[in-house]
Amino acid sequence: MEAFYGFKDGSGDWFVILDTDKCDGCGQCAEVCPANIFEIGEDEYDPFSEETVAKVKDEERKKIRYSCAPCQPGYGETPPPCLTACEPGAISHSEGWKVLYGRI
Amino acid sequence: MIVSGIDVGGKNIHGVIINNGDVLARANAAAGINKAKAIEGLYGELLDKAGLKREQVERVVATGSAGKRVAFADGVIPDAAADSRGINRLIPTARTIIDVGAEEGRAIKISPEGKVQDFAINEKCAAGTGTFVEAMARALEISVEEMAKISLESTKSISMNAQCAVFGESEVVSLIHAKTPKHDIARAVHDAIAGRIGSVARIVGLEKDIVMIGGMSLNTGFVESLKRELAMDVIVPEDPGYVGALGAAIAASTGTMEEEVEAKVIEKDDYQEG
Amino acid sequence: MAEEANKQEYWRWPESTWINPDIDWKKGKIITAGVDVGSVSSQAVIMVDGELFAYGNTRTGSDSPDSARKALSIAFGETDLKVEHIDYCIGTGYGRVNVPMAQRTITEIACHARGANFMYGPEVRTVMDMGGQDCKAINCDDRGKVLNFMMNDKCAAGTGRGMEVFADLISVPVWEIGSRSFEIEKEPPMISSTCVVFAKTEVVGLLEQGMPDNEIMAAYCSAMAHRIMELLNRLGVKEKFVITGGIAKNDGVVRRLEKELGISTAEKAWHKPEYSAYPFETQIAGALGAALFSYALLDRGKAKSVRKA
Repeated sequence: MEAFYGFKDGSGDWFVILDTDKCDGCGQCAEVCPANIFEIGEDEYDPFSEETVAKVKDEERKKIRYSCAPCQPGYGETPPPCLTACEPGAISHSEGWKVLYGRI
Repeated sequence: MIVSGIDVGGKNIHGVIINNGDVLARANAAAGINKAKAIEGLYGELLDKAGLKREQVERVVATGSAGKRVAFADGVIPDAAADSRGINRLIPTARTIIDVGAEEGRAIKISPEGKVQDFAINEKCAAGTGTFVEAMARALEISVEEMAKISLESTKSISMNAQCAVFGESEVVSLIHAKTPKHDIARAVHDAIAGRIGSVARIVGLEKDIVMIGGMSLNTGFVESLKRELAMDVIVPEDPGYVGALGAAIAASTGTMEEEVEAKVIEKDDYQEG
Repeated sequence: MAEEANKQEYWRWPESTWINPDIDWKKGKIITAGVDVGSVSSQAVIMVDGELFAYGNTRTGSDSPDSARKALSIAFGETDLKVEHIDYCIGTGYGRVNVPMAQRTITEIACHARGANFMYGPEVRTVMDMGGQDCKAINCDDRGKVLNFMMNDKCAAGTGRGMEVFADLISVPVWEIGSRSFEIEKEPPMISSTCVVFAKTEVVGLLEQGMPDNEIMAAYCSAMAHRIMELLNRLGVKEKFVITGGIAKNDGVVRRLEKELGISTAEKAWHKPEYSAYPFETQIAGALGAALFSYALLDRGKAKSVRKA
């Protein structure tokens, strides 16, 4: 299940995309994120599932554009720490940061 | 060489005429609905004040969100380029410029020579602009000036949940219903937008001296919130509204509108000649 | 505030309630409830043995628990049904943590998918729900399980509030905007500002230029449809495509959205043939999903009945 956490407004698409099918609930993303946007808990979108998965905290969703910006997702010299920390590759970002702040 | 710079913003137009770096005249006017007319009127006023005829001005360079509306301009430069040249003249130690107006917010990193090195913009969303503060002031039923003043009296830090001017208005109404003192709400509003502007500024890197211009720089309450957010000092030049026009005029006199590095960095406005 | 009271006339969908004449709740075995407390409206759905028994749709007040109680109470209507008769209740929506009579909460994403699956049928693959302050796009499987989703509740554009602000500005009730937006000579270009605040200025400009009201409505509906299309295409839209929430009743947006997507929305009709005479209230999808989850959890032994009477 792909969860798009974030928002779209006049300035662009700002989403952190979490694939709960790939996520194994290891919690590394929550450890390494400098903005502390992740938490680990039960899968809220499948009431019958017993798995623990990562999600973006509710209070972080609306500010995600600013929280993720320092890690330069999509255009930085190194990928954001959450991507590097996630072995199953369950995390990705939308294009917003790259489009608005990335240098061609 | 006598040149003129005209900065056409969403709400206001500023113009200057300079001769070898000395300001001969300056004027400003409300942009209103008929921008072309307002621009003509302003330019006429400028020439009158400087005691000059149109032909005596060698070059006119325009800037601002509606810079292209200056029909008689010899060239149009992006806001960021105008801001940086203007600030570099006024405050040569400036390295970071934060410019927040009614419709846009932007952060610019400038070189010691006053050229744009990096820039980040907040546009198309009222939450990162002066419009956010105006909307909240309406909800509080006070003027922006009053709001700026009373926010300085608050010692409480309330975090706003809404990141949108429309939802923010409802949140302010709820706070009012909950009997939150107006000065605390006013500060909460300034803190909220300072958080967003601060994040945009961090994208270009906070390097002192940090200078703030644009309509919001006149809001003392906001500037205080921004200083707290950045944990750094923020300088607001005198008459910040004229910075863009001054920068455009400087560009007109040096003849170099933009360097190649800047051209890559500034993706927004097109540079136009003739 | 007097201003607030006047505003309500223009931009809130009217309240509604209905009770199934074909069911006697006293003869049922399991009674489940779902309560969806949204930022603008609240709904309660009662199911008897997994069949729709009653619903209530009301405006959310300043107090979420009260809104939950009110929605449930108008769903109960003239029947003798009381909270004590309910075996299990699930709360959902923005105010879900404040549903006092709920035994647990489930996200509105999961509930909307489940509710849409029940209302429209197992062929539903994409659900778009626009509530008062948010917009959600959900892809689901044939059992109503969420496969992916996207929600925006940060930006007012593309939410019910975006339409409400506009309705208020031009003083036309939301339920008229859809049809009036088609009473035009030609389709105007869409409002170019994505931000509701800047769009307001643009609309004022158009009004001053003398653009007919209906055309301005068309321009605004067009812009909203375009925004939703962009959000949906980011996720991927598959047929059957259905819309729930208040916006489903605004043809001005729905028809233009279908055109932009090149996909038609499914007909607003109950999947179950025996329901065909029942009203099809798109705003109850979330509460309905919650009531269904209640039933399923009890059925699978994953929850215990709390019925007291």
